[in-house]
Amino acid sequence: MAVAAPSPPPQGQAAASAGNDTLRVTDAQGDPRQPGGDHIFRWLSLTAVLVMMATLLGLVLSLVSGGWMALSHFGISFFTTSTWDPVADQYGAAAPIVGTLITSFLALLLALPVAIGVAVFLVEICPQMIARWLAIAVELLAGIPSIVYGMWGLFVLAPWFAAHVQLPLMMAVTPGSWLETLISGVPNGANIFTASLILAVMILPYIAAILRELLMSVPSHMREAAYGLGCTQREVVMRIMLPYVRKSAIGAVMLGLGRALGETMAVTFIIGNSHNFPGSLFDSGSTISSTIANEFTEATGDMHISALIALGLVLFLITFATIATARLLLGRGGPK
Amino acid sequence: MTASKPTNANFDRFLHARRKLYNYIFLGLTGLATAIALAALALILETLVVKGVAGLDIHVFTMSQPAPDMAGGLLNAIVGSLIMCAIGMVIALFVGILAGTWLAEYGDGTKLATVVRFLNDILISAPSILIGLFVYELLVRPFHGFSAAAGGVALALLAMPVATRATEDIMRMQPNALREAGMALGANRGHVIRSIIWRASKSGLMTGALLSFARISGETAPLLFTSLGNPFLSYKLTQPMASMPTTIFQFAMSAYDDWQRLAWAGALLIAVAVLTTNIIGRALTRGSTHK
Repeated sequence: MAVAAPSPPPQGQAAASAGNDTLRVTDAQGDPRQPGGDHIFRWLSLTAVLVMMATLLGLVLSLVSGGWMALSHFGISFFTTSTWDPVADQYGAAAPIVGTLITSFLALLLALPVAIGVAVFLVEICPQMIARWLAIAVELLAGIPSIVYGMWGLFVLAPWFAAHVQLPLMMAVTPGSWLETLISGVPNGANIFTASLILAVMILPYIAAILRELLMSVPSHMREAAYGLGCTQREVVMRIMLPYVRKSAIGAVMLGLGRALGETMAVTFIIGNSHNFPGSLFDSGSTISSTIANEFTEATGDMHISALIALGLVLFLITFATIATARLLLGRGGPK
Repeated sequence: MTASKPTNANFDRFLHARRKLYNYIFLGLTGLATAIALAALALILETLVVKGVAGLDIHVFTMSQPAPDMAGGLLNAIVGSLIMCAIGMVIALFVGILAGTWLAEYGDGTKLATVVRFLNDILISAPSILIGLFVYELLVRPFHGFSAAAGGVALALLAMPVATRATEDIMRMQPNALREAGMALGANRGHVIRSIIWRASKSGLMTGALLSFARISGETAPLLFTSLGNPFLSYKLTQPMASMPTTIFQFAMSAYDDWQRLAWAGALLIAVAVLTTNIIGRALTRGSTHK
């Protein structure tokens, strides 16, 4: 028919193109003349999605069922006592739980100012030519396997720390003061502080890379307007750019925290692996993940294994809450 | 033109000087932060290269785990790692690409897709040691034995969410005109996805695969209680199998100098493998998206 105007697109497509910025075919039925044409492929891919979800569900269920014996036997004392005695079959997980929290937060405290500095330097201060290469270097740091960090911590950082920081400090403080309590411990460099230091080095590039992407997403007209008013770089960064990305930046920080909480190998190498409740900054300790990594294959009884899996459940709950909050704050633009 | 009140001019100058001073301090601090980060990278890489190269020789690739004080290498660990990573990658790519396809093509806009996307992002960042515990409960305890197959599955579960996310991201970047053109020729959606969208996303999918590989090849924690480790060269999937990270862990924690030297050599090999994969993956993305 010569006079017929081009027919309007089907309902589904029209709605999609109105709603999305990228045009997207959402008519799930496909061509009505080929009923069921791609149903096999469609169901196959949906099955794959369900496999993913089953993984997460299975993870939770296996942790709950595996840890149930220990949790029901010890009850609340599993969280409040710190006797970890496989011989007497007594398990209290306060020490590793507290150790996990202390090392992670200490690592965050150490890494965050540096990460912000790196991100700001790369985005706002350094010439773009150099910044590209520096950004790659920072991402490389994020790609190094954690076991390498662990070995470096054990063989390089710990001896250096013991000889050049820990011993001089112990000599310098007055015996009996609160400072001495804070830094008491065996001077071999394998302690909570050096573990936090290694964790900080590990999460630093991770946070810095996300922050850099966030800062680059600040519209240039906002920065230019601020510079136009005569603001210095410090004022532009502190008053315009960082507040602009604040919500996502908190998400980035929490993602880094989540990584620190779950990190296993690097910490296992260097934390000293003792089950005593940490008494000072330079005391050896343990984290949830280092305890599991050290003892799981050598666990003797069912109760020991169950206690370790219960520890895993605790770790899961802590990291799940942290990561979920982080992802909600970051939105869809988050990192892979 | 001069300022009308000299006092105001004085005041402005002080303010200006103070703002400039603060700015310089700020610039210095950000530079210092970057220097610290780079110094850390340099220190770690320096140790890794110096100690790693010192431990490298031909035996590393041709001989299996030695007894202390004997000549030996990492052959059993290298072979084990390759086998288990291969198992992991095959499963992860199969499930991950299909799941990513569903998210980008079929599920787009549905509530289920939103939930799945969120949970997938959580799985990406979930501690790897928990995946190890899960696979232990799933495949080791019921069969009363550690096995290479369990190690492969653990690695697959780690790589799967990464592959899903990468697939979805790259497929979303394909212009809708491609889909419309395919459908206008009479192909159904599945056909369009397989022959047009996947083909157009090829280099992106490759990047996703490489990034997932980089993610799992250095993983230690999930292998500790799934594949366990094995001092001998083994190809049996139902038996414990050595892997690079667990062997490095065992050797590094040991008291023997020879083993520690091998551990550094292994650490260098694995770091080089991971870093090259990362770099190739990123280079591919850059080439395909013209960024």
